[in-house]
Amino acid sequence: MPIDKFVTIESSCVPLPMDNVDTDQIIPARFLKATSREGFGDNLFRDWRYDKNNQPKPDFVLNNSTYSGSVLVAGKNFGSGSSREHAAWAIYDYGFKVVVSSFFADIFKNNALNVGLLPVQVSENFLSKLFKAIDENPSVKVKVDLENQLITLLSTGESEKFEINRYKKTCLINGYDDIDYLLSLRDKIEVFENNRMAF
Amino acid sequence: MAGKTLFDKVWDSHVVEQIENGPSVLYIDRHLVHEVTSPVAFGGLEKRGLKVFRPQNTVATADHNVPTVDQHLPIKDLLSRSQVDKLTQNCNKHGITLYGLNHPYQGIVHVIGPETGLTQPGMTIVCGDSHTATHGAFGSVAFGIGTSEVEMVLATQCIMQPKPKKMRITIDGELKKGVTAKDIILYIISKISASGGTGYFIEYAGSAFRNLTMEGRMTVCNMSIECGSRGGLIAPDEVTFEYLKGKDFAPKGEAWDKAVNYWKTLKTDHDAVFDLELKYDTADIEPMITYGTNPGMGIKITGKVPVGTSLPENEKPSFYKSLSYMGIEEGSAMLGKQVDYVFVGSCTNGRIEDLREFARFIKGKKKADNITAWIVPGSKQVEKQAIEEGIMKVLEDAGFKMRQPGCSACLAMNDDKIPEGKYAVSTTNRNFEGRQGPGARTFLASPITAAAAAITGKITDPRDFL
Ligand code: SF4
Repeated sequence: MPIDKFVTIESSCVPLPMDNVDTDQIIPARFLKATSREGFGDNLFRDWRYDKNNQPKPDFVLNNSTYSGSVLVAGKNFGSGSSREHAAWAIYDYGFKVVVSSFFADIFKNNALNVGLLPVQVSENFLSKLFKAIDENPSVKVKVDLENQLITLLSTGESEKFEINRYKKTCLINGYDDIDYLLSLRDKIEVFENNRMAF
Repeated sequence: MAGKTLFDKVWDSHVVEQIENGPSVLYIDRHLVHEVTSPVAFGGLEKRGLKVFRPQNTVATADHNVPTVDQHLPIKDLLSRSQVDKLTQNCNKHGITLYGLNHPYQGIVHVIGPETGLTQPGMTIVCGDSHTATHGAFGSVAFGIGTSEVEMVLATQCIMQPKPKKMRITIDGELKKGVTAKDIILYIISKISASGGTGYFIEYAGSAFRNLTMEGRMTVCNMSIECGSRGGLIAPDEVTFEYLKGKDFAPKGEAWDKAVNYWKTLKTDHDAVFDLELKYDTADIEPMITYGTNPGMGIKITGKVPVGTSLPENEKPSFYKSLSYMGIEEGSAMLGKQVDYVFVGSCTNGRIEDLREFARFIKGKKKADNITAWIVPGSKQVEKQAIEEGIMKVLEDAGFKMRQPGCSACLAMNDDKIPEGKYAVSTTNRNFEGRQGPGARTFLASPITAAAAAITGKITDPRDFL
């Protein structure tokens, strides 16, 4: 599926100061039965967000109207566990465009990039500054500028550079996906196949 | 020039194109498909008007979402049924071999790959499932991918991946009594944490791994992902060749000899350099159990749960949240804790050797009354073998029943859910909150530690019975 182009955003943040948020929390397995990509945002963080009777749990951040925005700020090792891309779909479908953490699980990072959700990896130090700033003022904004690979805390002007490989950056900015590129290589792939050892 | 690692050898020989400052375009030899992560990928393919590029490199099965009783009947859960039906339609349409329900090869995708001989040394293997790491036990580069990547492989037999860094974990020495492959990997994860392997591919080296059977090696590689690593691998040797010989899809005759000659070259050169080297000693490894909600939260079964004050400030919230979910006190002992469920199965420990060990342990004993036990074979072939070898009979005599193959309570997508608040000793790979059902509390352990709990009704050191 082609992805949306990533444009620079300025947004308030939703804080989730927990380490090791795994993909089973992001989207529990029992919600993976769909055969299409729609509607996963409704079940994002399902068991943290709703109780057994499907009532919103008031203490969970997504149910707290003080916090809003398209930037999710989470603790380290975000997205560990299962390879389910549904986790990235759910976050994106809910309305987030960026996830900030000090550390992402590899598969989650790939999946996020493939659906147009930008994982921004920052230092522990910058992350705790973010959490603190959000705690003091829930409407504080950050600016995420992919072109310059910069995340800025707008209240203080402090910023940090983040890494992304050049290829993926181009894809996100232009809304390209990998399949288009791979399809253009088909001839090369066939040559590769013909030159391989076979048993 | 420095030598190459086993990982380099396999990876580099599959690079179709290297993008500067970017990922490698990696050719995939085997693509394994299951019902949960594939429908959207097939859908995407169709939207682009494409066909599967190399259907012969692709094999599918239904495992995540299938019931483990009455598999001959239509699936009751309508959503599950539609997912399994969709897989059948997609496979038929695109000419993909499907080992669906009631096929003699059906089973958990990572169990059937090896047992049919589809998994071979030196291959690149992917599947829309993170435990694809399992296949690394054969010296292949195997890792889990997301649905967009499944679509890429269907469309072009390639994916785009940045090359990971390399780590080697060496463990030499004899394993102590009662210590299994599962304990080794739980030990490693407890040492390096649930994220310590992120960005790396791990090679497991040393006599502790070489002395394992293929099943044991698969258990180790399977859980590589639980420390954040995309995968892990072990150099192929005589044990590997012996296991593969004669399997359905293994090369035959002259091709076999040629293959073995090549496979023998698949090992790390003496002068190869790793980005990180770790060494452990078998003398320090004992039967393990987890107490928390990530697989890095494991201790020796005779040990005590850590206390929060010993942790860095930023780790405390997750630690206490985890203990409160588990209903476990900091500093408490795990031995003697009441258990409600025992689950034996999954791609980590649902192979024939696991059932054999479990059965050997419980033979002549009885299941504890307070325990509900689910024994789920990893595949139809495992099930058949368990019946033929008399394992089924041993289980029944001790008060256990064997279910039918599938992922089952490993991820609780079907009806096999551990009820809220209940404790399970489980031979699976993840103890995340709600993984085995909403509110379920999981202790990860080896099949014999599960067996010890099943007959005593509480967490028990399996060595007490050896
Ligand atoms: S058994 Fe569990 S871990 Fe293995 S493939 Fe199935 S759900 Fe995934």
